[in-house]
Amino acid sequence: MENNILQLITILIPGLPLLGFILHYIFNDKISEKISGMHATLWVFLAFILSCTVFYSIGDKGQIQTHLFSWINTGDLNIPMAFIIDQLSSIMMLLITGVGSLIHIYSIGYMHGDKGFNRFFAYLNLFIFFMLLLVMADNYVLMFVGWEGVGLCSWLLIGFWYQNQEYNKAANKAFIMNRIGDLAMIIAMFLIFNQFGTLIIQDVISEATVPGSLHIHLGGITLLLFIAATGKSAQIPLFTWLPDAMAGPTPVSALIHAATMVTAGIYLIIRNNVLFSMTPDTMTVIMVTGIVTAIFAGSIAVKQNDIKKILAYSTVSQLGLMFFALGLGAYAAAFFHLITHAFFKALLFLGAGSIIHGLHGEQDIRKMGGLHRYMKTTHWVYFIGLLAIMAVPPFSGFFSKDGILIAAYHKSPLLWGLGLASGMLTVFYMMRSYLLVFHGDSRVEKDTMKHIHESPPVMTVPLILLSVLALLGGIINLPHIFHGNTWLQHYLTPILTEGSIHADIALEYILMGISVSAVALVSYFAYRIYIVKGAVPSENNETQGFLSQLLSSRYYVDEIYQAVIVQPFYKISAFFYNILDLKIIDGAVNGLGKLSFFISGHAKETQNGNISYYLFAMALGMGGILFLFLLF
Amino acid sequence: MTEILFYSLSIIAIATSLLMIFHKNAMYSVLFLLACFFSIAGLFVMLNAQFLAVVHIIVYAGAIMVLFLYVIMFLNMSTPITIRKSKLVMFAAVLTGLMMAFLLVVSVWQTQAFGQHPEIVDQNIGLAKTLGKVLFNEYLIPFELTSILFISSMVGVVIFNKKEVEDE
Amino acid sequence: MNELINLKDQLRIIPLEHYVFLCIILFSIGVMGVLLRRNMIIVFLSIELMLNSINLLAVTFSVYHNDASGQAFVFFVMVVAAAEVAVGLAMLVLIFRNIKSVDINALNHLKW
Repeated sequence: MENNILQLITILIPGLPLLGFILHYIFNDKISEKISGMHATLWVFLAFILSCTVFYSIGDKGQIQTHLFSWINTGDLNIPMAFIIDQLSSIMMLLITGVGSLIHIYSIGYMHGDKGFNRFFAYLNLFIFFMLLLVMADNYVLMFVGWEGVGLCSWLLIGFWYQNQEYNKAANKAFIMNRIGDLAMIIAMFLIFNQFGTLIIQDVISEATVPGSLHIHLGGITLLLFIAATGKSAQIPLFTWLPDAMAGPTPVSALIHAATMVTAGIYLIIRNNVLFSMTPDTMTVIMVTGIVTAIFAGSIAVKQNDIKKILAYSTVSQLGLMFFALGLGAYAAAFFHLITHAFFKALLFLGAGSIIHGLHGEQDIRKMGGLHRYMKTTHWVYFIGLLAIMAVPPFSGFFSKDGILIAAYHKSPLLWGLGLASGMLTVFYMMRSYLLVFHGDSRVEKDTMKHIHESPPVMTVPLILLSVLALLGGIINLPHIFHGNTWLQHYLTPILTEGSIHADIALEYILMGISVSAVALVSYFAYRIYIVKGAVPSENNETQGFLSQLLSSRYYVDEIYQAVIVQPFYKISAFFYNILDLKIIDGAVNGLGKLSFFISGHAKETQNGNISYYLFAMALGMGGILFLFLLF
Repeated sequence: MTEILFYSLSIIAIATSLLMIFHKNAMYSVLFLLACFFSIAGLFVMLNAQFLAVVHIIVYAGAIMVLFLYVIMFLNMSTPITIRKSKLVMFAAVLTGLMMAFLLVVSVWQTQAFGQHPEIVDQNIGLAKTLGKVLFNEYLIPFELTSILFISSMVGVVIFNKKEVEDE
Repeated sequence: MNELINLKDQLRIIPLEHYVFLCIILFSIGVMGVLLRRNMIIVFLSIELMLNSINLLAVTFSVYHNDASGQAFVFFVMVVAAAEVAVGLAMLVLIFRNIKSVDINALNHLKW
């Protein structure tokens, strides 16, 4: 295709969702639900089609650069408004617009009848725009705009039902925690500019790879970029916002807090993988953080009773696994898992949303059970998502997780063991939620029971499409041992630094066998507990043992943060408010006011209306001026 | 002759002005000031500023002082009015005046031009002809503006009194 | 009268300072009068005296510096003085009609 046509398309891809947002903004209350939902979806879907064309031409051209205009140009700092689309960003664009369109369609059904329907779609469009900006950016500053923008949309959508104060608090929590990471990113940008003198990603990378060049700040840059990634991708220590972010509508949880925005951190690291590969210390930090987060969040998920919270912790855990892979240097494996995770986690979330919709807002799995009889479609798609996340062959999750585990084994069998353990935790908590929701006796409250219903087709069709993707997503990176050609890995080769791993085929089979049997074992174990024994999580936590209490209280992380960071911060703020602000600053200002009152109160005595007094003052003043004139 | 004339005129001016400010009766004050103005006009003549001397007498003695006398008569103040300030204020006033004089003298003393004599002296500088040329060439616009000043002050005075009539 | 006409000789006899000191004395007497008296008419007269002392000074310097502008300014000062006296006395008459007094301290209401 012609180059300038491609460039026009590149501009249109983020431009269309932005147009959608602007149209929503202008015609906010003037358009009906139907038109609003339809056209919001249309823009994203058009962007998806355009992304497809771009994706196909990337195969020939390698990358497309689009320079719109010079944005910031001062001194040595030169930041263009420019997009660059290469293999990595083209896949991200497909993912964002593709999953985005499905979730838009789903939302039409899910949000039906909500007062803020139009507002919701406006935010969704805006989110798609910023997310595309993030992945298409040619430089760090533009990427940061997208980065901040998705944070903003996340905040808007978590606090979407703003009448609920708890939801607002959750939104603020997410925003503030993200800001910590954002700060790290800003500092990283400063360091990059200081070190390389440019903020254009490609120039930085080519500069960094010049042989013999020494970059003293590189370790700091990568570490700060990683901290930025932990904020956005909910890793230890900044992960607590993501479970709270479930306050938003479920499609939001699926799109932003599972499929796209939270993977921005992964994207950031893959985008800068050249820099990360040069700093092994940072890689170790990433790896450790990733696996610790994976196991930590997985263990918390085991004792949660809110279906969305379970999925949220599951997301944190899976993201941890991706970081683990990044830390191992297996960027392609991490990215592969990112894609498959986007499919099956979106599917699971939307399935959960369908359940919640059918049960009129009930989210507690203790008040579900036996739902497979009432919601057949939802049950099946949820089941597919379950198998995918549990890494059952041949579902997509199996291949992506397997890639990570093999990469881990090549580093150290211990790491493989840890990865497997996190996988087993995943299997357990997912089985637990599945069995408690769909099987066993119904524990649904009677009032809800009467209205229980399957979701409308506008919701189930996207679910079915996503379940197909979750089922077949593994094809894009099928390993050699299954006669695949690891297409994704080859496709990404131009921008990755890793060498391909040539594993022993026998070893690979053994590892797969072990993980599959582990999945089967844990599934049976969960089956025994929740179906054969029919165990239901108890209502109150106090009767439980120490460990389960610890888990159901999420390791008291929120409480610890509250005590260690938030409370001292409040204390300091109170100090600043009561002492510094009220006493010193206000005191100074009020004191000046009182002083001038005092002075003027006495100064007005000189204005006594007596003319001879004024005449004296005038004569003495003249004399005084003359005297001063004589002196100097 | 010249010295005698100058110093006697000076002494008359100072004496009459002092009498003017200390006399109880406003009518006498006006008359003393009139004498003072005549001596100042004499000094003008000594400086060969004949035109100004004549104008001075016409304007001050002929118009302004007559206006004062007319007002005093109009207000029926010919009888002495003893409205005096307190002793302290009087003392302060005298002191301030002396201080002013002292400061002015000191500042004059400090100027470099002190004690110099003029190099060129034009006899004709104070004549009506010379002054007329200056006024109608260099200061034409200010001269014309003075007429506006007069008109406005005249109108102001008329307005003042007209209002009073309407009130009554 | 011959001596009077010969200005150059006359100026040599009577130095500039004497004129200046005379003006200072007259001016200071004017200041004193303004401060001393409560009768508004006397205050006006004192102001006239001050104006005249300045006039005298201007004429003196005009002659000494051989510049007619000084005398032109004296003319303007007279004009302003005449206008001021006209307006001032009109006001004085008004004040007297209202408060039946020419005491300068009688009108002290114009304050805070």
